[in-house]
Amino acid sequence: MLAAIAWRNLWRNKLRSSVIFASITIGIIGAVITDGFMAGMTDQRADAAIANEVSNIQIHNPEYLLNQEIKYTIPDAEGMVTKIRGLSEVKGVSLRLKINAMAASANAGAGINLYGVQPDAERKVSNLHNLLVSGVYLKNDQRFPAVIGQKLAKKLNIGVGDKLIVTLTDTTGTITSGAYNVVGIYKTANDIFDESHVFVKRSDLSKLVGFPDTTGDEIAILLTNNEQTQQVVDKLNKLFAPMVKQKAILIQSWEQIQPLIKSMIDMMDYFSYLFLLIILAALAFAIINTMLMSVMERTREFGMLMALGMNRRKIFTMILTETIFLSIIGALLGLGISILIVNYYATHGFDLSSVARGMNYLGYSAQIFFRVNSQFYIMSMVLVVIIAMLSGISPAMKALKLQPATAIRENN
Amino acid sequence: MSIIKAEGIYKTYNETHVPVNALNGVDLQIEQGEFTAIVGPSGSGKTTLLNIIGGLDLPSKGNIFIEQTNLKDLSSKQLIDFRLHHIGFVFQAYNLIPVLTAKENTEFIMVLQKRPKKEREEKVKELLEAVGIGDKANHRPGQLSGGQQQRVAVARALASQPKYIIADEPTANLDSKSTHELLDLMADMNKKYQTTFIFATHDQRVMDKARRIVTLDDGKITSDETFDR
Ligand SMILES: Nc1ncnc2c1ncn2[C@@H]1O[C@H](COP(=O)(O)OP(=O)(O)OP(=O)(O)O)[C@@H](O)[C@H]1O
Ligand SMILES: [Mg+2]
Repeated sequence: MLAAIAWRNLWRNKLRSSVIFASITIGIIGAVITDGFMAGMTDQRADAAIANEVSNIQIHNPEYLLNQEIKYTIPDAEGMVTKIRGLSEVKGVSLRLKINAMAASANAGAGINLYGVQPDAERKVSNLHNLLVSGVYLKNDQRFPAVIGQKLAKKLNIGVGDKLIVTLTDTTGTITSGAYNVVGIYKTANDIFDESHVFVKRSDLSKLVGFPDTTGDEIAILLTNNEQTQQVVDKLNKLFAPMVKQKAILIQSWEQIQPLIKSMIDMMDYFSYLFLLIILAALAFAIINTMLMSVMERTREFGMLMALGMNRRKIFTMILTETIFLSIIGALLGLGISILIVNYYATHGFDLSSVARGMNYLGYSAQIFFRVNSQFYIMSMVLVVIIAMLSGISPAMKALKLQPATAIRENN
Repeated sequence: MSIIKAEGIYKTYNETHVPVNALNGVDLQIEQGEFTAIVGPSGSGKTTLLNIIGGLDLPSKGNIFIEQTNLKDLSSKQLIDFRLHHIGFVFQAYNLIPVLTAKENTEFIMVLQKRPKKEREEKVKELLEAVGIGDKANHRPGQLSGGQQQRVAVARALASQPKYIIADEPTANLDSKSTHELLDLMADMNKKYQTTFIFATHDQRVMDKARRIVTLDDGKITSDETFDR
């Protein structure tokens, strides 16, 4: 019956309650939308990084990571690739020959990372073949093909069909040059990546530097499920335990390769909760004020209830229940509307084209697809209830201080 | 044995700059089944005395026994519980919980007493019929007249099956017709359930119904008469 009284009391002053509902609703929407935007942005960045740039797991010779010299190749790379391909979690494996080089056209030059890849294997690991803005992806039957990013194409002022000259140091330490035909131009959301990553056939590149075609200095692995990344890293470390122990290879997850992305995700999470807490703290004052007014107005009523024999614990519970109902209604409204908004922008995307140039430069897409995990929804509900309970305490204490005889006499 | 025994009651209010002596040595005994009016001029201490008898306030000096219990010996928590189970109240106004219907208001006190649902429902039905509100059981106080609200308050006071019911100017806000009806009702209930009623009043019509009239003046009892009616 207490709950029924508390519930009905909410509707005694409809305007006042509605103001609180509205404030909580708007506050929650603000927090959830912010989280949806920020999480969507970072998750998208992470997804793109995995799909286009780093894949889930990479294996290198640790020396290579330090010096980037091509002599530090992965021992028995082909054998490893075969074993990795056998794992059920793995979607694709690509053995790459990665070399720092200078690229030049007739007009300009730029430092690049030159990737020698096997077109079929690379397609299974990276999504670049789907991001072509002109031309086609690498094929085995093309003669010295190269795929470059749009940003680099602009910088060098070249297009599909033009020649790209790369200069690099071969295995003997001699500087050599090779000429490639640009067959395709891709564009990701990350300008810096597009400016520096050039893909050619591994067979062409190994010939140029003087390696057999079976050599590589990077194995990139894409998984069916990103959640399994750490699990597969552990598995691989066991599978290749002797080599790992001898420090012949180093197995890294994308989070280790791109720690910045991982820390961005963590930071955005942290900021979302911080923002939510700040909003809720502000709401707490509105709730305290409303409940205080409501308690003061009902001084006589509380006096009457105490006189009849309603004990302090029950009165306290009743006021707290009212406060909790008040905030739960607001929170449910807020969450309901937020879910609708988040779902809309999760499918349609939120267009940031006006500032997109800057966003792309930072590696972020201009179209943000909102994302809010259910944990955030649950946490905001839980936090609202906790804040409501805390806010209800002081008004409830106020009611408990009343003496029935005096309270009843009040404005008699 | 008396159900209420007040011995040498003094009450001084110290909240104001000048202390007010509201009661100056009141001795009073009330027997089971009485229908007693406390009368006297405004400020003579009627409300103060009723509050003390009703366990809402403690005397500055003196003892008040309800049967064997000295109210002084109870903690404030025990006092609340004592009121719940042994004392009924009808106030001048704002008696009812505005968000509950007449039926729920009457039932509420029994919910606090943790009585079983079946008993509550039977009792509520019986009492609302008895006070003549049976057809308005589902109305909220706002939808009832002042007289009807006071009837519900009487029903609620009876529902808790108290040793006695305290009513401080229960008719002060009522017109003369409703005043008569309410008094007749209380007198009927007093006979029917043998419930003791003690009320404070200014109203001559109310006094005419009382079987005992205790007159207060300046915090002292100046007369105590019994009538046969
Ligand atoms: N809480 C209080 N603080 C200070 N003085 C009080 C308080 N309550 C009552 N008094 C004073 O005590 C005296 C008795 O008051 P009380 O209310 O008992 O009189 P009453 O007989 O009920 O009067 P009325 O007929 O007007 O209701 C009055 O002088 C009153 O001003
Ligand atoms: Mg009075």
